[in-house]
Amino acid sequence: MNELTTLVDWSRAQFALTAMYHWLFVPLTLGLSVIVAIMETIYYKTHDSDWLGTTKFWMTVFGINFAMGVATGIILEFEFGTNWSNYSWFVGDIFGAPLAIEGLLAFFMEATFIAVMFFGWKKVSPRFHLTATWLTAIGASLSALWILVANSWMQYPVGMEFNPYEMRNVMDDFWALVMSPVAINKFFHSVLSGWTLAGVFVIGVSCWLLLKRRNVATALRSIKVAGWVGLIGILATLATGDGSAKVVSEVQPMKLAAMEGLYRGECGQSITAIGILNPDKKLGDDEQTYLFDISIPYGLSVLAKGHTDEFVPGIEDLLDGIELTQEGDTIKGVSYTERIERGRAAHESLRAFDLAKAEGDTTGMVLAHADLKKNFEYFGYGYFDSVEEAVPNVPMVFYSFHIMVILGGYFLLFYLVVLFFVYRREKIMTSSKLLHLLAMISIPLVWICSEAGWVTAEVGRQPWVIEGLMPAKAAVSDIPAQSVMVTFMLFAVIFTGLLAAEISIMLKYISRKSKENIDNAK
Amino acid sequence: MSTYELLQSYWWFLISVLGAALVFLLFVQGGQTLLFSTRSDIQRTMMVNSLGRKWELSFTTLVVFGGAFFASFPLFYSTSFGGAYWLWILILLGFVLQAVSYEFRKKKGNLFGPKTFDAFLCFNGVIGCILLGEAVGMFFFGAEFTVQKGNLLDASSPAISSWASTHGFEAIFNWKNLLLGIAVLFLARMQAAFYFINTIDDVKAQKKQRKEVLINGATFVLFFVVFLIVLLLSDGYQVESDGSISVVANKYFHNFIDMWWSLIALLVGVVLVLYAYVRTIMSDEFKSGIWYSGIGTALVVMSLFWVAGYNNTPYYPSLTDPASSLTISNSSSSLFTLKVMSWVTVIIPFVVAYIAYAWYSLNKKPITQEEMNDESEHKY
Repeated sequence: MNELTTLVDWSRAQFALTAMYHWLFVPLTLGLSVIVAIMETIYYKTHDSDWLGTTKFWMTVFGINFAMGVATGIILEFEFGTNWSNYSWFVGDIFGAPLAIEGLLAFFMEATFIAVMFFGWKKVSPRFHLTATWLTAIGASLSALWILVANSWMQYPVGMEFNPYEMRNVMDDFWALVMSPVAINKFFHSVLSGWTLAGVFVIGVSCWLLLKRRNVATALRSIKVAGWVGLIGILATLATGDGSAKVVSEVQPMKLAAMEGLYRGECGQSITAIGILNPDKKLGDDEQTYLFDISIPYGLSVLAKGHTDEFVPGIEDLLDGIELTQEGDTIKGVSYTERIERGRAAHESLRAFDLAKAEGDTTGMVLAHADLKKNFEYFGYGYFDSVEEAVPNVPMVFYSFHIMVILGGYFLLFYLVVLFFVYRREKIMTSSKLLHLLAMISIPLVWICSEAGWVTAEVGRQPWVIEGLMPAKAAVSDIPAQSVMVTFMLFAVIFTGLLAAEISIMLKYISRKSKENIDNAK
Repeated sequence: MSTYELLQSYWWFLISVLGAALVFLLFVQGGQTLLFSTRSDIQRTMMVNSLGRKWELSFTTLVVFGGAFFASFPLFYSTSFGGAYWLWILILLGFVLQAVSYEFRKKKGNLFGPKTFDAFLCFNGVIGCILLGEAVGMFFFGAEFTVQKGNLLDASSPAISSWASTHGFEAIFNWKNLLLGIAVLFLARMQAAFYFINTIDDVKAQKKQRKEVLINGATFVLFFVVFLIVLLLSDGYQVESDGSISVVANKYFHNFIDMWWSLIALLVGVVLVLYAYVRTIMSDEFKSGIWYSGIGTALVVMSLFWVAGYNNTPYYPSLTDPASSLTISNSSSSLFTLKVMSWVTVIIPFVVAYIAYAWYSLNKKPITQEEMNDESEHKY
């Protein structure tokens, strides 16, 4: 393995580590902030001190979790510079703006009002306190908006043009970034999945209280709020998930093919509901894709294209640049071999432009620029040595996608069951150990589901950091791979240690409070 | 001046404002280094809680400072962060530990014990102040890097910015950078003492913090004066009208003279800091030192940013290849992006207003031992 490959791998590993740790805490912050705000609103409206106790209990849990989200978040922002410095220049003109706006619009709001939320109970008016709690929740969601706009732009780069003078892309349409279909779907999908996750967390912890027969009223009250928030969350997550699949089929067909482990597609393509991939399957061979699978006929055509008889290309179709019409005729598009050639031609044109610029040859610059424009669409492909490099890790994407979808379906059922019992069969909700255990087991499952979603999105778009324009290997900093390896280990140890501390603190706190009367808050 | 140049200058001004806000708010970090100056648990708890209501603000200002730098001068982000890798990683490490330490330190089940988290806070304070000061020191004393945008087309080694193989350690151990780093540390400690005096209502704490002001203030003045002398005597780069870089003797001294407003900001800032220092030492009744010193600090920091980046001065001089030096014009975002972001900055007064209101609301009542012993209050 050469030095560059090792560096890219460690840099990716470090970013994945940070992002996955960050996402352990962020969805809980997003959802729990809303749940706490609703609880405080009920207290504000009813003046019922029981609700104050419930609010303060969950607010403390929120605070314990929030700190870790902040800690892991700062690293992510700066890693764009420390580990992906080429990326920072190549697209910083576009990517940096949402990040700066995020800080200005959202982070300050969150940071300012969270202090009021925790320390202001006896210092500010109840109305101001409630406003601060809601502004903390809104600030958290706004933070997510801007970073998700930035992430979506990497998956579907729009609103910019390439400037060969400076060898970078520059923004020319800000609203194209913000209103891109990828951004809209991703924002609602991610933020509302946070509601789903926090709902399961609150219900799971509340069920533990019910199991122990402690603070039953608090638990039932919490389940009702969390149940509704979570139900809205999961319905919206499923709807935007469907929207995302359609958008992905348009703008990242390779990712979609990997999500389904689809090598050769057809019109009226079925979707694999459950499947085990054949580990011996290689690109271009005749091996079966699955060892075992249960498929739904026409499912993928409907999911991706909205019609039963539409063609969905597989990985090999995409590499060959082949599409089929509904009549079965083959349409030849641009194959990946051609994309690589045209990408290299784009590199040559840019090189010629740079040389002409250095020599002050304006005619040469104009000609080279015109050539560059013809092939710039495939600029990123020019970095590849072979077409295989353009294919993501199929098993990882396939399994993470299916885990997410199956668990997503389970959580819809979970919320319906919980809401039914808590409203219609309260006695069973209070006493059924099976229900309690189910809810508690669901806590780790919802985290697995949430992380699997991001693995699908981020591994599925490999090898690109910016779809079609820049692969990961062209985006890295000029640092020794060993340095990144050391910092990876460092962060892994620190994050793991702090995660252990957070979980331990949370368990201790919940356990201690469960033995007191939670509603009896001052 | 074209619109583009105007916006580049505007964004450098905003960077200077954010830098000033950050250095002012580093009193949180300074205060964290003072935690071990007392053995009394209640005294330390009062200090932690005094700082704890503001830690997110200094943390967020650093994040926004980074984000704004990325958005407005992406070539700096690309060059400095990827280059001085270890310097930035150490800074980040400190802030990661800080972010959890307030919330975790007193919580049962925190696995590592309160002293460990207090040590984390101290680490963040020392490392954060010194290394951020040193990172700014490179704005004047330069760094060992080159920028070759053509490298982008070299598939085997595509990075456009290359740095010295020590990747930031050379900057950390540069004595000139260290002067500024240590000055920032003692400034932050002095400011923290001012802040404690302002926010903790406790006779013992007040007495102790006035002593801290005396010692840390004197140390700060010593290091800052030496830094200023070194700076004014240093050579600096200048961008000539044809775009070439030349070396000018006493460049920063000339910048202060050429841009009289930055000299005034520096002098007024210094006077305000000294006023806060002297009055706090002289009078046991004086509690507003943090505001005089804070405004003074902000003015001094802004003036330093101005002489670093305005008047045709590369704000990031390359010692390896002067032509690679970063200026506010060759490292900035495009005209379009700067325009978009400039529109967003119209909300800054609103942001400042709500921060000020929340600050006022939480600081109306000073911290007391009674509050720290009140079980119903959220505490760190």
